[in-house]
Amino acid sequence: MELSGWGRYPVHGARCARPETRGDLQQALAERNGDSILAHAAGRSYGDAALNEDGRAVLTERLDRMLEFDPETGWLRVEAGVTLKEIIDIFVPRGWFPPVVPGTQYVTVGGAVGCNIHGKNHHQVGSFGDHVRRLEMLTASGDIVTCDRDNHPELFWATVGGMGLTGIILSLEVQLEPVAGPAIEMESIRVENLDEFFEVSAESGDFTHTVSWIDCVASGSNLGRGVFMRGRHASEEVEWSPGPMEKLAKTLKSAADGRLFESNWLLNRATMRIGNAAYFHKEPKGKTEQIVHYEPFFFPLDAIDHWNHIYGSRGFLQYQCVVPEREAIREILEEVTATSMASFLSVIKEFGPRTHTGLSFPEPGITLALDFPNYGEPLMELLDRLDAIVATAGGRVYLGKDARLDRQSFRKMYPEWEEWRDVRDEWDPDGVFQSSLGRRLGLVKGS
Amino acid sequence: MSVLLLGATSPIAEAIGHRYASQGHAIYAASRDADEAEAVASDIALRHDVEAAGGHFDALEFDRHDDFVDEVESAVGPVDVAVVAFGVMPDQKESQENFKLARRTIEVNYTGAASLCEALARRMIDRETGAIVGISSVAGDRGRQSNYFYGSAKGAFRLYLQGLRNRCFEHDVQVLCVKPGFVDTPMTFGMETAIPIVSPEDVADSVVRAQQKGKDTMYVPWFWAWIMLIIKSIPEPIFKRLSL
Repeated sequence: MELSGWGRYPVHGARCARPETRGDLQQALAERNGDSILAHAAGRSYGDAALNEDGRAVLTERLDRMLEFDPETGWLRVEAGVTLKEIIDIFVPRGWFPPVVPGTQYVTVGGAVGCNIHGKNHHQVGSFGDHVRRLEMLTASGDIVTCDRDNHPELFWATVGGMGLTGIILSLEVQLEPVAGPAIEMESIRVENLDEFFEVSAESGDFTHTVSWIDCVASGSNLGRGVFMRGRHASEEVEWSPGPMEKLAKTLKSAADGRLFESNWLLNRATMRIGNAAYFHKEPKGKTEQIVHYEPFFFPLDAIDHWNHIYGSRGFLQYQCVVPEREAIREILEEVTATSMASFLSVIKEFGPRTHTGLSFPEPGITLALDFPNYGEPLMELLDRLDAIVATAGGRVYLGKDARLDRQSFRKMYPEWEEWRDVRDEWDPDGVFQSSLGRRLGLVKGS
Repeated sequence: MSVLLLGATSPIAEAIGHRYASQGHAIYAASRDADEAEAVASDIALRHDVEAAGGHFDALEFDRHDDFVDEVESAVGPVDVAVVAFGVMPDQKESQENFKLARRTIEVNYTGAASLCEALARRMIDRETGAIVGISSVAGDRGRQSNYFYGSAKGAFRLYLQGLRNRCFEHDVQVLCVKPGFVDTPMTFGMETAIPIVSPEDVADSVVRAQQKGKDTMYVPWFWAWIMLIIKSIPEPIFKRLSL
């Protein structure tokens, strides 16, 4: 089968199995016939993290049972193929929400651990792995191993953010957060440039969730202009008003499907400039307060099915980095706006303290995510230049989004990679678990 | 109301379980693998906030079937709907080489299914209420060289259900025979088919609706009735020459 990540670039073939039970999964591992193998869940990482070119992939979509919930404490035990959307749909009416959510609710919890995902609340609560206390894993030997902070802690920490290369997660325990209902109290603030973003970010300490959309086509004195959004779960049940994407989805109805707009030409620099400027100017100057549903606040793009198709068959690349200093962000934005290539959708956020080692992405500083249509070679050259800025600044690129980082840059960005690989090799000495990303970055045996 | 799923880890049975649970019914999930059965039960209980339990059964432990149904009924009360959905489908060619495989196919899919249906029907007839939903297959409508051990067992099960329905009629016990076409399960995973493959959830919706309307037999999806009508109408002198 041909598989790709959310960016639809690259596309790699793999022999796929789709287990219904953990017995089927063990059988798939046993019968891999010398090939390498990798778990592929929702396919929501962007690049080649969940691909295993010419190897085997285990589709974990059917390993999705909810096993146990303690309504006193909020601890939930689920199989790894359960998505955050399933958890949210079932548990919000009962007063619980996942502790950390990314920009889409369609990721699985297994993927959330593998990429150690972060959310708009990273500055306050850390990343997904901070709220997981136990993993049950199928390891390379075929044994099922339970690991946590006390039992096989090295396997636990290598798997949190381990990009699926330490084994296949069968189930995990995650702590849900109590909420009053689906409402979010939110404020949006128009910021005219990068300095204003940092000012607003610094004075948003009272908010659990912060993120800013940024116009990455605007340059000069407008560099870094955008809309800062901050919010928190409402403390009591309140009414909410529909968000802009909800309204758009409602208007489009069944046409709210990116596949209907699939084109390699729709998103070009001119349309992206207009789109970004329109979004910026639509936002009133100053501050707007409103109460919204969690969907438009956390998952605005989920309103459009298959939105990744609007970039056309060429696919797109998301470049997400974190850098410790503000100056590097300015350098990156200047580098991007100096080219004829543009990022359609860009977000910026300040991270909190570092909570993990190994291959986990978040570290203190400013994270910037840019979505580029796959312009081919010129884009790859631009991204190489951005890598140099990021690496020099002591920052790093997010592997969950990556499709093209080179090995030398990776090693500079993730200085703990060797310790991580030692743990990996100990649990998988023959390199049973591999991915296209793992081979590209030299993370697995023989690469 | 209580629903028993036999072969609860089969995607069709599991989806049927979720469908009934979404209407508030209690579920007993039974499977050869007790841990998996319990996982299915916990999942149903958590998602739908209903009572659910899971446990082990083996289609080939004929002597245990009566006790097993007693255990189920002591856990979730009298079984109102029993979904008989377990089955095995080993490779046809290997089964021709090794009759042990063929025999197992026949015994699990037919003899085991009939034995469990008997144990359930007896109780339902006594209570003058209940429904048995048996999952047969379109493969049971006509024997083909590519799949005749599986097909003959499913065909026998269909005839069994027909007879049982006749016996149960005066006792207000419903017997529904379901003949699924291509459903997105391990049996069809990776298959390239000209006929669309439907999801287990869609099948479950149709099956539960048919059961609640009191139907006797059904194809899912419905258009398989037409496909099988054509296949059944091909004269045998021609059919035997086809490579099906």
